[in-house]
Amino acid sequence: MSEERDVAEARMSDNLSVVEPLTRATKRVTELPVVGATHMDRRHALKVMAIAAATPGLLSCEPSAPGADIASVPAPTSNPLAKGTAADPDLIAPIVPWQRSLSADELAALAVLCDVIIPADERSPSASQVGAPDFIDEWVSAPYPRNEQDGVLIRGGLLWIDRESAERFGQGVRFRDLTTEQQHAICDDICFVPDASERNELGARFFDRVRYLTSTAFWTTTEGMSDLEYVGNVALAQWDPPPPEVLRHLGLEP
Amino acid sequence: MLLPPALATGNLDIITDAMVREVTVNAQGRATGVHYIDRTTRLDEHVSARVVIVAASALESARILLNSKSGLFPDGIGNGSGLVGKYIMDTVGAGVGGQIPALENTPAHNTDGASATHMYVPWWLYQEQARGGLDFARGYHIEFGGGRRMPGFGFMGGLAPFTEGSYGAQFKEDCRRYYGSFMGFDGRGEMIPNDDCYCEIDPAGVDQWGIPTLEFHWKWSEHELNQARHMQHTFAGIIDAMGGTVTGTVHEDGARAIAAPGQIIHEVGGVIMGADPRRSVLNQYCQSWEVENLFVPDGGCFVSNADKNPTLSIMAIAWRASDYIVQQLASRSLG
Repeated sequence: MSEERDVAEARMSDNLSVVEPLTRATKRVTELPVVGATHMDRRHALKVMAIAAATPGLLSCEPSAPGADIASVPAPTSNPLAKGTAADPDLIAPIVPWQRSLSADELAALAVLCDVIIPADERSPSASQVGAPDFIDEWVSAPYPRNEQDGVLIRGGLLWIDRESAERFGQGVRFRDLTTEQQHAICDDICFVPDASERNELGARFFDRVRYLTSTAFWTTTEGMSDLEYVGNVALAQWDPPPPEVLRHLGLEP
Repeated sequence: MLLPPALATGNLDIITDAMVREVTVNAQGRATGVHYIDRTTRLDEHVSARVVIVAASALESARILLNSKSGLFPDGIGNGSGLVGKYIMDTVGAGVGGQIPALENTPAHNTDGASATHMYVPWWLYQEQARGGLDFARGYHIEFGGGRRMPGFGFMGGLAPFTEGSYGAQFKEDCRRYYGSFMGFDGRGEMIPNDDCYCEIDPAGVDQWGIPTLEFHWKWSEHELNQARHMQHTFAGIIDAMGGTVTGTVHEDGARAIAAPGQIIHEVGGVIMGADPRRSVLNQYCQSWEVENLFVPDGGCFVSNADKNPTLSIMAIAWRASDYIVQQLASRSLG
């Protein structure tokens, strides 16, 4: 339809529609969202986390030359300067040109948290069973400012939640060692940013971001879409109006 | 889409990776070709032509013309009117999203194609406007939709305000419940060109190809700002009438409601057409008033910018200009 369609579509869909309408303006790097009145403290804390979590690996990963996957199609020419038309990159087999940056231990810790957020049930597997930690690793390893911010928040947050576990349940105890009940005791305090106490707010922002990325990682898989009974993206011979059961659900006469 | 058949004629060569710097002219004031920088070799190249057609999209076309300075055209080729770069426009945009409880737990069904391709609200307040009931001129249409779409990046990532931050089994249940219950409304409206929206060569700016860049000046009029505010309040009213909750902010200040200039990427104007050489750059065939073998058949020629997307109009205008060029070449009036 139109070239600006993705702006409207993003707002219309469930994607990002609640807190983060994706517009061209917000695609620019924005400040980390800071909630509450004492943001200077948390800013400082973030800075400390950034220093603690930053590694040379995060900055040194070298993407391959842009356009390396673009083939040139020769065209018949009479002008020796003519060079044909560029082809699109292969989106069926996309190339991820950066290296993953999370350690095996961080991935193990992340897998536990991902499954606290999306556990297996009778309809679908857990988030880690469909590769959520690897998805998050790819995301936070990307050499773009927003991704790097997420990398700092998540790596720092994994340290935070282990330290919180030790404070509550004994020296050396990590989040992954806790019982489900104990894990929920911590998560209940950080699962909603506006309700989090000041001392937990950093943890709450970390949890919110992991939930955001875990949700994307899980529901965009075949297993996630099947759970939701997503039935689109198929060739249609004709376009049908909503079926009668949908109209009935909406209180409309079929 | 149009290039393969054009290539098949054997009369078309395409030179890619070419950043055009300027249109060249001879002593008689006719366009002779273009200089460009080869992006791969970084060398300056020249191609000569009987007719030069600049269709680099509105603002870049204005930039090329302004950068084509010569003794005959000290302010840029074809810019005797001083209007190249003036009266640039974008589309007025504003939107609001909402969550609609009635749409929760909707039975599974395929909603592909149920938004923009099958639902559309054209401007509907002509009569109220004619009665003086609105604080802006011109109108807008509504693009809206929602539905059980394919989950993409960010899916349900913003659910926390509705669920007080649920996680675990409850989060999974909430995602199933809320799936397909969000709707979005976006307005796309007409901007009226004004004296304060223009671009010019930035005396201090140059890109990596050594080509001077543009500096932009922009000021919405009250018409656009009031229209954007009207959009947001209208959409919030629709969501409210559906029993839903607005998920964004509805602004009283139109300057906060309106999308940033350039954000809707419908840049047009800057090389405007008209009937009077003193008040326009091009004639009705996108032909320069001053350089008869120079044409600019892209969005630059627009003197107004209706609420609809400009692409199809650009194609129609380019088609008409092309027919004219072919006819003029055939009758030896050109080239």
